[in-house]
Amino acid sequence: MSINFGGYRRPDDTVGVRNHVGVIPVSVSVSSVASKIADDAGSFAKATPHQISGNQPKAARQQTERVLTGIGKNPNFGAVLIVSLGTEAVDVQKIGGGIAQTGKAVEIISLIDEGGTKPTLVRGSKLVGELNEEIAGLTRQQVDIQELIVGVECGGSDATSGIAANPAVGNACDRLIESGGTACFSETPEFIGAEHILAKRSVSQSVANRILEKVDQRERMGGLMGVDLRGAQPTPGNQEGGLTTIEEKSLGAISKGGTKPIEDIVDYGEQLSKGGGLILMDTPGYDVESVVAKVAGGAQIIVFTTGRGSTTGNPVAPVIKVTGNPQTYEKMANNMDIDASGILKGESLSSVGEQIFNKIVQISNGMPTEAERRGLEEFAINEIQQNELR
Amino acid sequence: MSFGKRTSMSEYIQEQIILILSNHDNVGTALRECKTGDQIDQQDMSIRVKQKIRFAHKVAIKDITAGDSIIKYGEEIGIANQDIESGEWVHVHNCDSNRGRGDLEAET
Repeated sequence: MSINFGGYRRPDDTVGVRNHVGVIPVSVSVSSVASKIADDAGSFAKATPHQISGNQPKAARQQTERVLTGIGKNPNFGAVLIVSLGTEAVDVQKIGGGIAQTGKAVEIISLIDEGGTKPTLVRGSKLVGELNEEIAGLTRQQVDIQELIVGVECGGSDATSGIAANPAVGNACDRLIESGGTACFSETPEFIGAEHILAKRSVSQSVANRILEKVDQRERMGGLMGVDLRGAQPTPGNQEGGLTTIEEKSLGAISKGGTKPIEDIVDYGEQLSKGGGLILMDTPGYDVESVVAKVAGGAQIIVFTTGRGSTTGNPVAPVIKVTGNPQTYEKMANNMDIDASGILKGESLSSVGEQIFNKIVQISNGMPTEAERRGLEEFAINEIQQNELR
Repeated sequence: MSFGKRTSMSEYIQEQIILILSNHDNVGTALRECKTGDQIDQQDMSIRVKQKIRFAHKVAIKDITAGDSIIKYGEEIGIANQDIESGEWVHVHNCDSNRGRGDLEAET
């Protein structure tokens, strides 16, 4: 039996679970202006303010361009306004052209060309209103769940994460993939110690080799930063909590992706393909940057596990929060969508996995997440640092 | 298998106390502290606890021979460095990581 949800079909045949107008600044110089334009316009407009400078070295700039283009292409945005200062080295036309390839309406304004902040706010507001008119009439159509790409993330882990929330979300990922959908998990530093297991689960030797290479690169970055990512793992605190080996710790982290074969590993913010099964993305461990990378890859929904608690949301994709810690669920009920702590009392992983899967379908149908209800919309792009550039 | 009975030696416990994440696993995770002598009978396994197991720590649910893999999540998390009986605590004292073992490489 196929499972459907009501989504917004875009001209490029992708499907959004939200119908927002995106307001995307290309540099930090116009982040505040973009936020102001979106805030003044109303809840249909979502800004993606970030701290990236307009004049990064080439490799870093290419990553920023890729992420901004991917964010604009995300099907949760029905139309996009790009805001620039006008002096950025980042290629604004290339970003706009990349987004326009999807067939959605794209407008670009430059603050310098407009004559400063005030006229930019006026013109931006007018353009956002016009863009909204183009998409406001769209209605949700029933589509197959194979249109969904779900990004999986974790933050603020504790002893319950690896035994409750993560494997339960993994069970939901297995269900999604069995229904033809796509799941993506990332945070490469957490693969360290289990990369041989990820490699073994890969569909081909070339995917396995690339996983090992990406993990090795992240480990070398640890060297560049002068920190030891692998040594002394699990930490004394982890050991006190019951974790014995680094393999076990990493397996607990990657259990949130489920048990399906790994079809591919892609770069930070690179496009994820629909119907792609289980895909890895090479991202840092910082949750906000890691969520944004998967949304730039096309994820329409994020499922986020936490033990100690987290508030992370996103302006483009709804973020579903899952905790296996009963105290966290109680204390942070207005930030949590799923209580997975039943697993600690004997509820089966499969039963909680089914609840999470059903919640993914409900949120895809338009039900707001707790983060959406509270307007939590964190956004940050990973910046490749000078000493990472080879 | 009997559930819910009490004996003079120990307490029979019927609710889920040990979480087993995959049916290939030879260790389970204690969902609450278990005492020496506790008899735990669940649908998926039956053990008598041989030493205190703290919350979120692991217990052997099968007899494990020195050199065997310790399996959790259906995957190898380490190697038993001694024989481990069903019901014993499994942690850093009897389970060795296979990763980053420069000491083992130096020996060969």
